[in-house]
Order: sequence, then structure tokens, then C-alpha cells
Amino acid sequence: MNPVIDIRNLSAQSSAGPILRDVSLTVSAGEAMALVGESGAGKSTIAKALLGILPAGIKVTSGEILFDGTDLLSLPPARMWALLGVRIALIPQDPLTSLNPSRRVGDQLTDGLRLRAGMSKADARARALELLNDVHIRDAGLVLERYPHELSGGMRQRVLIAQAFSLSPQVIIADEPTTALDVTVQKQVLRLIRQLQRNHGTTLLFVTHDLGVVAQICDRMTVLYGGKVLEQGATADVLRAPAHRYTQALLAANPRYDRPEQSLKPVPEALIAELKREISA
Amino acid sequence: MPRDLRIWLGGGFIVLLIVAAVFAPLLSPFDPLEQDLLLSTAAPGQEAGHHFGTDSLGRDVLSRLIYACRIALTVAFVAATLACLLGTVLGLLAGYFGGIADLVISRLIDIWMAFPPVLLSILLVAVLGSGLHSVIIAIVVIDWTRFARVVRAETQQQAKLEYAEAATALGMGRGAILFREILPNVLPVVLVLLSLEMGIAVIVEAILSFVGLSVSTDTPTWGGMIAEGRQIIYQAWWVLVFPLVTLFLTVLAFNQLGDGLRQWLDPVLKR
Repeated sequence: MNPVIDIRNLSAQSSAGPILRDVSLTVSAGEAMALVGESGAGKSTIAKALLGILPAGIKVTSGEILFDGTDLLSLPPARMWALLGVRIALIPQDPLTSLNPSRRVGDQLTDGLRLRAGMSKADARARALELLNDVHIRDAGLVLERYPHELSGGMRQRVLIAQAFSLSPQVIIADEPTTALDVTVQKQVLRLIRQLQRNHGTTLLFVTHDLGVVAQICDRMTVLYGGKVLEQGATADVLRAPAHRYTQALLAANPRYDRPEQSLKPVPEALIAELKREISA
Repeated sequence: MPRDLRIWLGGGFIVLLIVAAVFAPLLSPFDPLEQDLLLSTAAPGQEAGHHFGTDSLGRDVLSRLIYACRIALTVAFVAATLACLLGTVLGLLAGYFGGIADLVISRLIDIWMAFPPVLLSILLVAVLGSGLHSVIIAIVVIDWTRFARVVRAETQQQAKLEYAEAATALGMGRGAILFREILPNVLPVVLVLLSLEMGIAVIVEAILSFVGLSVSTDTPTWGGMIAEGRQIIYQAWWVLVFPLVTLFLTVLAFNQLGDGLRQWLDPVLKR
């Protein structure tokens, strides 16, 4: 099967040094791929590069990002905008700040439908109600009239998920969508994303630092450290038999709820130092 | 003070002034220009009907106060609104697009702010010639920076927030993001400033008419009345005090209204 996303030898740089080093990864249609790593591993940079919203300080130095065969990096801004929301969409990290505080949920949800799909006001509203039903929000009619601060965190994230799926994009990038949520709500939201992704046959790129989340939702995973790909493979394989020592250390560092007597094991300093040498070489 | 009280008191006083300005011919007991030298500097209540007394030319102070609302409110609404439009548009552009636009607009603001505002307005009116239009132009030309500075900073801050990035990821254009996403969040600040600016415009008009650079002297203005009253303060305090108190209350009302609006419009404070 042809990959929908094909990132080839992507390198990026900021004034502080390299952010991405020769990253290559492919995601096939309908697949859920996890980008795993700690802060500063470059996972969000990859997501932002895909959306063409890299911060001003970060420059791509080499490589390409092929989406359905077209290189997104060399696309003129107008054609990039034409793709955003319609064929590539984002589920952002923080559901509170990612919704506009001074506009009603309904207006924000129908923006894309009206501006991008050219729907009439009434059609867009009807579609928005359907979308909210799809993300299991009851009283959808009432929620449309609310302001974001009047909703709970889980509800807000559901609204953003509905928004991301609203124009049936081929690819959805989820940038740590559950980090800002309670653990109990996390699980529901993950299940929801997984379910919608399967139903729509959407390709999912899931950015996270949580291996537990990866196990629940992703078919394949890519482990990053310091902007470099350390390991890639099917989630079950990587989690069962991690090949790279860093992945092993990460797994060992995960707390085990079934064995509370075991103390936490941070990733060994010696390994970090070794990784840093290896990467800069 | 609770925000509703501020809005009601501030807004109520301003509505009162608007009614006075619109229905001035019906409300004022005398013709504001009619002189009667026999009744010169009559104290409040001394002569029948002259509840606020008369000035040195025997004109009724209350009638003059009421007619003067027209000039004050015209300047307040027109000048403040125009300054607001100009400043807000420039502030939005500078704050959102950055780069050259920001550089030019910010330097312009810096230069503008270096001039003492009252002197600059007197200079401007002196160049433009006195009259209502000149007063309004002077206020707009000087005070747009108040809006531009604040709106620029607020826009920069809002543009960094994730909802603006999320809108970009939804494929909304720059213009759509600026006007649909960012502007509604900047608007509360703009409205507060607008209300404060109306108060400032009233003061600037009073200053200009005090020094005789506003409308011609046969039109009653609060500033003009204060200037006249100043000369006869020991013989007739009422000619000075009544316009002064009215001016004070008007500015206070605009400020209180602005503060109340700020709290009322803030979607997070609103419960």
C-alpha cells in the first residue's frame, strides 16, 4: 500500500541547534502511527512541519514531507492552506486554549463547514449537531450555544475532535490530545479517537510521551530522541521486545500499577550521555 | 463598586446627557444666548426661573450647560470613535503581521507619544483653524496611539495562543483569523478604551474651548463657561462651579462605564 505520509530525511534547525536529524518515517492509509519521545525529542516539530505551522525560529534544512505524493515543504502557502482542515487536520493539545474563549462553540465548529465546505448556515448547524452526536455529546443543541469556558475539559476536547473530523480529512494529527485531561476522561477520549479513526478510515499521526496511550491506540510507533529516530515498528512488537536500549529504559521507567512495591527507574544517566554522543556524531 | 452599578450609574448619566443634548430647546428654561444685563451675575435661585444663576452677561447658566452638552457629546462620540477605528486597525495590523508593518507603525507610535498631547492639539487647531471639525481632527490625530499601542500588544498576545494556531491548522486564511478569531478577543479592551477615550475627548474639547480654540464663542461650551467663570470667581462662583462639576461627572461616568463594561464583556469573568 502507498504511504499517505512519507517523510524522507527531514532535518530541521533552530538557533539553539539541530531539532530534527535525518528523520524518515512513513504512515500508510488508515494506519495509526505514534510519535513517542520525551520533551525536546522533536515529535511536535514533525507535527507542526506537516501542518506548515513551524514557529518562526525553526527552519527545515533538508528532506521532504510527501503527502499523497506532493512535497508539502515546497508547496506555495495558498495550496498548503487549501489542504489544511480539509485533507490534513489537527487535534490540538490543550482543549481550553485551543478554543477561542470569546466565541460560541457552535460558531467555531461551523467555521470550517461554512468557509471550507461552503455550507449554508442552517446546513452547517445541522452537520455540527451530527458531529457532536458522533463524539457522544448529549444535548448537542445546547452545547452549540455555550462558550468554551462553560464546558468541561473532556467536553472541550470532544468538540475539538469533532472539529478535526468535520471535513473528513485523510490525515489527522493528534498532538498529545489527552495530556491536559484527567486520567478517567483520557481513556474515553482515546477510545473515541480510535473509534472515529477506524470508522472514517483516517490516517492518524499520534504525538505522545505516554507509552500506555500508544499501546491503546496505535498500530505502529516511532521512538524519537534528540530529533533522531531510534526505533520504528509495530506497536505490539516494539513494546514486547524493544530493540533499542533507550526504548527498553523508557518501558522500564513506566510505573507498574500491579507492582507498587517496585520503585521507579529513571532512564540511566549513562545511557542519556551515550545517546547524546551517538546523536551528535 | 459592583460592575452592574458602574454600568447603570455611568451609562445612566451619559443617557441623561444625550437626552439633554437632543432635547436642549425643550429642556432649557431660557435661550442660552439671550443677554439681560439687568440680571447680571444673579445667584442661583435669586431671580425667578434662573435656578443655576446667571453669568456676567445675564445669560442663564443652566440653559448654557444644557446646550453645551451638544458640543461635548458630539466631540466625545465622533472623535473617540474615529480615533478608535484608526488606532484599532493599525494596532491589529502591527500586532498580527509583524515585520515591516509592525516596525513602521510602532516607530510612528513612539514618535507620536513623544509630543506633549495638549500642546500638540493646540498647535494642530491653530494650524487647522478653530471650529468643531478641527477639534475632532486634533483628537483623532493625537489619540489614535492610545488604541494602537494597546491593541497591538493584545493582538500579539492573542495570536500566540493556541486557538489561533488551531484555526491556521483548520486552513483559515490570515484575514479570517485576524477578524473572526482575534478581533472578538481584543474587542473588550477596545470598548473599555473607547469609553475612557470619550472622557478624554470631553476634557480635550474643554481645554481647547477654555483657551478659545474650539467652536466660536457664541456657542456655549463647558470649557468656555469655565474660562468666563474664572474671571469672576469672587463675584459669581456658580458660573465656574456648575460647568466644572458637570465636566467632572461626565468624565467619571465614561470611566465607570468603561470599567463596568470590561468586567461584563470578559467571557471568563462572566458567570
